[in-house]
Amino acid sequence: MSGQSTYQPQNAVLRWIERRLPIGGLIHSSFVAYPTPRNLNYWWTFGGILSIMLVVQLVTGIVLAMHYTPHVDHAFNSVEHIMRDVNYGWLLRYLHANGASMFFLAAYIHMLRGMYYGSYKEPREVLWILGVILLLLMIMTGFMGYVLPWGQMSFWAATVITNLFSAIPVVGEAVVSWLWGGYAVGNPTLNRFYSLHYLLPFVIVGVVVLHVWALHVVGQNNPTGVEPQSDKDTVAFTPYATIKDAFGLMVFMILLAWFVFYVPNYLGHPDNSIPANPAVTPTHIVPEWYYLPFYAILRAIPNKLGGVVALAASIVVLAFLPWLDTSRVRSGRYRPLFRQFFWVFVLVCIGLGWLGSKPAEGGYVIAARVLTAYYFIHFLIILPLLGVFETTKPVPSSISADVLKGKGTMAAILLALGLVTLLGTSSPTVAADADTPPMNKWSFAGPFGKFDRGQLQRGFKVYREVCESCHGIQLLSFRNLSEPGGPGFLLVTPGIRPSWSASGDQKRITTPVQALASGADHLVIGRPVTRAADPLAVLARIDREIAVAETQQ
Amino acid sequence: MSSAEPTRRDFLYIATASVGAVGAAAAVVPLIAQMNPDASTIAAGAPIEVDLAPITEGQVIKVFWRGKPIFISHRSKKEIDEARAVNVASLPDPESDDKRVKAGHEQWQVLIGICTHLGCIPIAHQGDYNGYFCPCHGSQYDTSGRIRRGPAPNNLPVPPYEFVSNSKIRIG
Repeated sequence: MSGQSTYQPQNAVLRWIERRLPIGGLIHSSFVAYPTPRNLNYWWTFGGILSIMLVVQLVTGIVLAMHYTPHVDHAFNSVEHIMRDVNYGWLLRYLHANGASMFFLAAYIHMLRGMYYGSYKEPREVLWILGVILLLLMIMTGFMGYVLPWGQMSFWAATVITNLFSAIPVVGEAVVSWLWGGYAVGNPTLNRFYSLHYLLPFVIVGVVVLHVWALHVVGQNNPTGVEPQSDKDTVAFTPYATIKDAFGLMVFMILLAWFVFYVPNYLGHPDNSIPANPAVTPTHIVPEWYYLPFYAILRAIPNKLGGVVALAASIVVLAFLPWLDTSRVRSGRYRPLFRQFFWVFVLVCIGLGWLGSKPAEGGYVIAARVLTAYYFIHFLIILPLLGVFETTKPVPSSISADVLKGKGTMAAILLALGLVTLLGTSSPTVAADADTPPMNKWSFAGPFGKFDRGQLQRGFKVYREVCESCHGIQLLSFRNLSEPGGPGFLLVTPGIRPSWSASGDQKRITTPVQALASGADHLVIGRPVTRAADPLAVLARIDREIAVAETQQ
Repeated sequence: MSSAEPTRRDFLYIATASVGAVGAAAAVVPLIAQMNPDASTIAAGAPIEVDLAPITEGQVIKVFWRGKPIFISHRSKKEIDEARAVNVASLPDPESDDKRVKAGHEQWQVLIGICTHLGCIPIAHQGDYNGYFCPCHGSQYDTSGRIRRGPAPNNLPVPPYEFVSNSKIRIG
């Protein structure tokens, strides 16, 4: 993508292919020899992190789709089936759900980096707008994915978000009915959301290709905002950027792994563990943390149509950023006033996120209105005026001149602090619940443990013949059936015959002590007691035997 | 021949493009229309009959019609008086109570129980107006289902219904 490639494969087969399809040269010029500014900091690794997160979401999503059923009667149970019975299903689902959160986290950091260093300015306007389109696609994909588990939050998220379109004058109701495929959110809605949730990630892949293409045409921005002028200003993509990206990715993956393995439900909502019920709305509905700032803007406007317009405008305004920022200095590093307003803007976004998680009443509404107003003032008034009135610092003559002089890292530290705050406030609704659910006891031994096949089948047989006569087989953890008696089941053992009584017609018999040693919770002792001359004496004798057996153990 | 003058070839280009555009538009019609409610959904949206006899005074029941919850409220004298004592002109969505019930059946209030803000289900007998309160964004409705406070723009809509007998209604 950057002119004629100098790539010359040594291998004869590769040379043969290269003459017919120059794919090796394309990869070499784009990801090996491609010149990157030598002063890129770690905020520039998030593009690579986002690419890998997209792959993670695609791979886990396609696998989850093999087990999911998009039907209102089966969706919830099929997700529980994934969690309980599918091999490593819990891992795949938690990776997918928390991966979405991390995807948005990385995207927001990526955008704020672009805003701080002026990466949207000429000639990178199209690159930036493609990024805004990617954000819109991500928001749509994330929303539709959240609907699929068909819990209470899923259902009401679908209801509230589709109802946003009813604010459109005249045709609103018809549009909403068209989106639903019915008179309310129902099976047609779930089915089409599933189809689109599968489609949109591939649209994202397509736009990412355009995004990377545009990037490789105009070249990367850098912390100084000065374009590279000579070979002294750049280094080859591989190994320099590749290794730096790989390191940033590993650190980021530790964060993802921490969520997946230690607090997989921290960013979720307990209400989504209740199957969807069209008759009851949860008392406090909030979207996922990454939509909270937009949700706060929606609720801040007292007018329904106005709220929806403000919500849409808050995203669309980003696309006009290249023209709203009138300053000719690109990087915030040399713009002392802009830098302060930038951090105020970051705090306002975090504040909106916090307000979005709060009920829409009293002081929260007033605060949300103030911050919403500031959000738009930042883009529509502050940025255009700053370019006119701000006295900027001298910009270095070249990247290499700046690098050899030394640099400050204050901005990096501040951005890190901002992100820590963002994470800390992400899910206050969960923290409010004082009840801690009991820990899950895993019934298998680590990643290499395996089921006792015979025991599992025996457990299932017992379940089919005994348990299922009273309650269904849904939401059952099948692997737990292999446990002695099953988890939470009481083993009721009929046909008990004390060793000193007649066995009568019973063929498979056991003594009370043997039965208890084998794990029985309840003993059914019939005729030896009921037909005895003195039933109480028999029971007392059995009790004594059990007591003696227990003291011997 | 001057290049500014349209030729027969220009006409052919425009005619071909027009036919192509009409064809593309026609191809989009089924792709858009398939998302509208299908025949089975519409069929299931037929009118339903509800027996009012078991609903005691002060009780609000919820039935489903077309996937939407329908509130049927057996209003007390006090609730009717509250709904009628309001200055209609002062309401956000002015509508008098007698337009929202059937004449002679003032005690029966039938409403689509979906908040006109963003579609949540309000809770009956709650809020400052003793009517309906939406837990999502705090909209409050009075005993006639009219919006009194909060972000919702309109009153709770009244579904099409009629009295089949004194104690039975047909919704739809």
